[in-house]
Amino acid sequence: MSDVPAATPQDETDAAGRLVAADGTPLKRSLARALRRQKLRALLLIAPLLLFILLTFIAPIADMLFRSVENDIVSRTLPETVETLGEWDYSSGELPDDAAYLALYRDLSVATEYKTHTRLGSRLNYETSGISSLFRKTGRGVEDMGELYQDQFEDLDAAWKEPETWARMMASEEWLAAEDRAATPLELRDGIAGALPNTARAYEQFAEFTQNEDGDDPAEEDPWAYVYAMLWLDLTGPVQMDAYQGPDAALLEAAAEAAPGFESQTWRAGFADIDNDWEDVEVWGTIKAYSGEFTSGYFLNSVDLQLTPEGIEKQDENQRIYLKLFWRTIVMSLAITFSCILLGYPVAWLLANLPMRVSNVLMILVLLPFWTSLLVRTSAWKVLLQQQGVINDILVWIGLISDANRLVMINNVTGTIIAMTHILLPFMILPMYSVMQTIPPSYLRAAKSLGATNWVAFWRVYFPQSVPGIGAGSILVFILAIGYYITPELVGGTKGVFISNRIAYHISTSLNWGLAAALGTILLAAVLLLYWAYDKIVGIDNVKLG
Amino acid sequence: MLDQSADGAFVEFERVQKSYDGETLVVKDLNLSMPRGEFLTMLGPSGSGKTTCLMMLAGFETATHGDIRLAGKPINNIPPHKRGIGMVFQNYALFPHMTVAENLSFPLEVRGMSASEREGKIKRALDMVQMGAFGGRRPAQLSGGQQQRVALARALVFEPELVLMDEPLGALDKQLREHMQFEITRLAHELGITTVYVTHDQTEALTMSDRVAVFDDGRIQQLAPPDELYEAPQNSFVAQFIGENNTLEGVVAELKDGIAMVKLDGSDAVIEAKAVNVDKVGDRTRVSIRPERVETNPDRLQDNAHTLQAEVLEFIYMGDIYRTRLKVAGNENFVVKTRNAPDVARMTPGQTVQIGWLPEDCRALDA
Ligand SMILES: Nc1ncnc2c1ncn2[C@@H]1O[C@H](COP(=O)(O)OP(=O)(O)OP(=O)(O)O)[C@@H](O)[C@H]1O
Ligand SMILES: [Mg+2]
Repeated sequence: MSDVPAATPQDETDAAGRLVAADGTPLKRSLARALRRQKLRALLLIAPLLLFILLTFIAPIADMLFRSVENDIVSRTLPETVETLGEWDYSSGELPDDAAYLALYRDLSVATEYKTHTRLGSRLNYETSGISSLFRKTGRGVEDMGELYQDQFEDLDAAWKEPETWARMMASEEWLAAEDRAATPLELRDGIAGALPNTARAYEQFAEFTQNEDGDDPAEEDPWAYVYAMLWLDLTGPVQMDAYQGPDAALLEAAAEAAPGFESQTWRAGFADIDNDWEDVEVWGTIKAYSGEFTSGYFLNSVDLQLTPEGIEKQDENQRIYLKLFWRTIVMSLAITFSCILLGYPVAWLLANLPMRVSNVLMILVLLPFWTSLLVRTSAWKVLLQQQGVINDILVWIGLISDANRLVMINNVTGTIIAMTHILLPFMILPMYSVMQTIPPSYLRAAKSLGATNWVAFWRVYFPQSVPGIGAGSILVFILAIGYYITPELVGGTKGVFISNRIAYHISTSLNWGLAAALGTILLAAVLLLYWAYDKIVGIDNVKLG
Repeated sequence: MLDQSADGAFVEFERVQKSYDGETLVVKDLNLSMPRGEFLTMLGPSGSGKTTCLMMLAGFETATHGDIRLAGKPINNIPPHKRGIGMVFQNYALFPHMTVAENLSFPLEVRGMSASEREGKIKRALDMVQMGAFGGRRPAQLSGGQQQRVALARALVFEPELVLMDEPLGALDKQLREHMQFEITRLAHELGITTVYVTHDQTEALTMSDRVAVFDDGRIQQLAPPDELYEAPQNSFVAQFIGENNTLEGVVAELKDGIAMVKLDGSDAVIEAKAVNVDKVGDRTRVSIRPERVETNPDRLQDNAHTLQAEVLEFIYMGDIYRTRLKVAGNENFVVKTRNAPDVARMTPGQTVQIGWLPEDCRALDA
């Protein structure tokens, strides 16, 4: 016969032996060019969809990934403390020195005004419980620490009570002369930052807050107690009075003379007065451990670990739930997928092989659940499965079980698997059906004519060809199941909930979005990993979705 | 495995009827008996029920009425996989998820053959259809003709006694088809296989078969060896369907001793014809004459030959033969084929000629 592959065709080749097109360009290149143009046109056609997907799908996922590691709340709320703690070593077991307390005082004084200290408290409370109330309490007490000095300055000279005194002393002449001081950013007087660095800084923070948050003129508002505390700090430090050339120099000089004699306390003592937890090295350790811009803390929490000042540790016994939940989610999703295959395969087979009229009716039955609300379906299962429910009643009635031993089929793993199998079944049946429909009956006939029994013909000829359908259905069902939320919530009880229920809890109840994002990211990674494994083992080409 | 029944028939259809929908009969009253080793072809137009008959024989369709016997045993009692019938399907039905070699291995595996035994048989079967180099390929990687050959090899590899082939050469080019026709008949005879072969290509049927069953309208119109089918068609359908044929319509004027005198429509001529399928005087009939049996050279006409006046309408030179279209007794599609020989004249359109034929070449069939 003539068409056995033997002859090699005589093609045009260039000097290097590559095939060339009619115009002499290498065949590869001219092909690539033609394809590129085609691709570009295709890309333009789908551009709107691409954009839509990018905005609504990719962007939220990117945001989630970012949230799961983002941690700038500590360094944003306590910038100076974080910087000061850089040199401190937790493992020494000693408390940080007074400079750290001072930094904390400065940060918290501002944060309290902005009310961001409570948010920071809640954030750190995820890591060490009790910190939230400590911060709230400190927020209320930090004012008192400054008032100690404020009172003494005001007793010394009533001028210190006047907002104008402060404004005159701190602000530049231009700013003071400005029309709308509530809106014009404060400009410091020349040299004041050198003379009274801390005070100037504090006054600036005060002015910024007054202008931005209240919309008021700083020159007409009483400065915070914090500003007085800083003034005392400056005046008791190495003073460079000669650098100050503004008005009220005498007032300042008098204050400088009196300040060393003021009643005072160390910053540490001040904090200890508010709450002696501030003398607990754990609290400082936590702040230091979470002072980075990014943290692995959420991810560690997601796998039952925690980032402690000493390093990574296991979560307390009673708080280790996530690994168990992940494992349960995967195992139950596999169980659901498997039972969907078992129940769906025969149905899909019937759909593909029954006469058109019958199979159409059957198809409606398969699709019927799609047209019913998810909640209705799930509630129906409650009615069926509960201990006083239909199934138990029937079993008791026919005497299979006694009234006292009614089966527990809901609010546990069984309930979740049954209800979710029902809900996800169409996602298994439809891809299976679409694949089976394309398998002509002549294959089975051929197998039988070749001597195969019904079973062998099915198993060796029909089944392998239906595997792409099973693969597609399984991927769909598994991925849907692994992220399912509402059904486990309703019929899962405590033993049958999924990781997604925990994610939902963190999003809507505990408001720990970082942890929710980390859990979600791990879930996403798990799905991608399984998808990859599936591709390696079965081959993704073997999946037909329609 | 299968024993020949007492009367020598290996495959038997007896009064078989088949309806798919309960309304129309696709197969009406089929009677057929095949001895062992015969090569029988079912020939007929599309939709005439050929595949249906094959499927009933293979056991994939059940007859609505009547009996089908294989080696004397009613076929209904044997499940398809025990019938030992090799089958080549109209669309090949090669298993797409198996390689060519695995496809061939399948019938051997289900028969529990050892790997070494299988290997030898597969190799032999593939070599037989010149596909030895393609064992590792998937069916999708083969051309239509190659798939066809693999399907043939698969049907033969387990050495069945009966092979059913449903238009196995439909997708092949002419040259390959002729080659395969030859190969299949050679194999069938060498291996002593009983073959039922379905085609709607009459040349294929005539060249390959021991006997041809001409199907139309769910019935076997004629079952005969190829030469008989061509020379002695039993009704006008067969005469028309097999080979080229000239038909002259008329009425039986006289009938005696198997000879009918037919008065042709559209002329006064009365011709003599063999009464094959006419009952009585006054019946309408179609007289059939093969184009190559018409003589145009009056010198060579025998004494008892019948002659008619004809007008030349068209002359076609076809190399080995001349094909001339004439108007005879009002029929404008009367074709005459003459050898291209020095003593045969070329006719020119418009010319009037005298044509004739022997009465025994002229058959009066049903109208
Ligand atoms: N499964 C079926 N259900 C209903 N009608 C059918 C079925 N299979 C075939 N038919 C009908 O039976 C008739 C005979 O079909 P069959 O396949 O036997 O024809 P065939 O002679 O093999 O034609 P072809 O040469 O085109 O293959 C056709 O009219 C066809 O429409
Ligand atoms: Mg057919």
